Amino acid sequence: MSSRGRTTLAAATCLVVSLFASVILLQNIDRIRPHDIADDALFISSPKMLQRASLGFNGLMACIYWTRTVQYFGHRHYNREHTYNELAPLLEITAALDPHLLPAYQFGASFLAPAPPNGAGQPERAVQLIRYGIGHNPGNWRLYYDLGFVYYTELHDFKKAGEVFDAGSKIAGAHPFMKILAADMAENAQDFNTARLLWSAAYESSQESNIRENAVEHLRSLQVDEDVTNLQNAVGRFVQANGRIPTSLWEVVNAEHLRGIPVDPDGNPYELSLDGQVLVANPDDFLFITKGMPESYKRGAPRFHAKS
Amino acid sequence: MNARIAHIASNTFREAVRDRVLYNLIAFAVLISAAAIFIGEISIEIERLVVINLGLTAVSLFGVVIAIFVGIGLVSKEIEKRTLYTVLSRPVRRWEFIVGKFFGLAGTLVVNTFFMALGVFGALLYVAHRFYGADSSIFIALYFIILQFLIICALALLFSSFSSPLLSAVFAFSLFIIGSFADDLRGFATLAHGLTRWVATGVAYLVPNFSALNVISAVAHQQPIGWGLVLQNTLYTLFYTAMALSGAVLIFDRRDLK
Repeated sequence: MSSRGRTTLAAATCLVVSLFASVILLQNIDRIRPHDIADDALFISSPKMLQRASLGFNGLMACIYWTRTVQYFGHRHYNREHTYNELAPLLEITAALDPHLLPAYQFGASFLAPAPPNGAGQPERAVQLIRYGIGHNPGNWRLYYDLGFVYYTELHDFKKAGEVFDAGSKIAGAHPFMKILAADMAENAQDFNTARLLWSAAYESSQESNIRENAVEHLRSLQVDEDVTNLQNAVGRFVQANGRIPTSLWEVVNAEHLRGIPVDPDGNPYELSLDGQVLVANPDDFLFITKGMPESYKRGAPRFHAKS
Repeated sequence: MNARIAHIASNTFREAVRDRVLYNLIAFAVLISAAAIFIGEISIEIERLVVINLGLTAVSLFGVVIAIFVGIGLVSKEIEKRTLYTVLSRPVRRWEFIVGKFFGLAGTLVVNTFFMALGVFGALLYVAHRFYGADSSIFIALYFIILQFLIICALALLFSSFSSPLLSAVFAFSLFIIGSFADDLRGFATLAHGLTRWVATGVAYLVPNFSALNVISAVAHQQPIGWGLVLQNTLYTLFYTAMALSGAVLIFDRRDLK
């Protein structure tokens, strides 16, 4: 081998070995280094400062911050964390950088508003965010829908929700269900049917798979909540009539003349605990249920269902 | 354009290509393809926005960097290599040399922008599967970016006509950054009083206004750009470029090249 060939071989070998060594070392360093502080740090929190620093390329900076927001929320949501300290500032920066970035309002509100671990539990900040969005995009009826949604689902302020749906229904091109929702808020706000209408509207009015998936999960959970409520009422009637807790749901089925034990949206029959509580067979499969879970139940990582 | 200017311009273009300036297209292609493919995986609903924002921002920044780094060397390199003396010993006037260099660099940037624009539209087609009528305003954003390049080329030439390459780069970059804050400068001027107000207003109008030439965010949201703005920006660029080039010619014409 020539001298030049030997040098080439030695340099190439050294390059490959050094590359592998640096990758392995970096992995070791990552294991040693604490992550929590870096994950939660928002070094520049002023939207105005970031606007200036972006040299006029605000749109790109907003996309970067929106992606950061999605990653921040997704990571903490997946780990079932209960604190989302940087979520609202991240969203506010994103919106300030690009006030026309609609996903930041639509998804941002659904990140901010729900109680932990499904969201940050900050419905007031969600309202502020969407109102900022409406201020900059007054012709977008979907933002009114999202705002009414937060008032309805998280703040339970049905009057405000009705007003917002009504205002949104007057915008050119608004979906007809906005008028129905506005009317429903006044009369049947707390019905399961109203909630079902809201989530069905969310499903039908969006082409975005994440929104549709979220709506499907809520509809499935609503079905469980309604079934458990009805069955629990039937168990209550059984207790009143017989002076004891039924030993199984079959006793309730017979007493109520039902066709069989009702099943959840996955086809699994509901169960009855020893103390008379109606339970869903696999609570982990229903992300947003508020009923039908054992007292000691702790939710695992979220599992989404593409179809209802 | 006379034949001598055209000749100098074509030589400048060829030299830039020989200096592998267009290699930046490879970096751009990797950047835009990666963005188109991966952003959809890690973000929500902004694939199209990212392709337009990132694509046009990259076109703009890559071009600005090329305009400055090639522009500042156009005169000094010729002096250093002593090729300038050969050129000027022929029937070529100094102003023709400056103007020819300007058109050569501008041509390089237009070609560069053309290929990058192809990349942006390709990536857009990949993520959105089709083009919309409103996407045509991307052409306007690209046109404004080219106008930006013309101003920077002229400024780089102006600085390189009397200063060293390093200082020229510093001056040109500083003006690019200050020019991006031109609107803020004007806002500051309106808040000031007395002499400060006059000075601030003067500076605000003297520095190039790059913020008016940046419509990337608006076209990403498919907002229409008025033809009035296109016309005014075109005229503004023509006059500003003419001003900077005139300055460069005035200085270079009087420069002692011995």
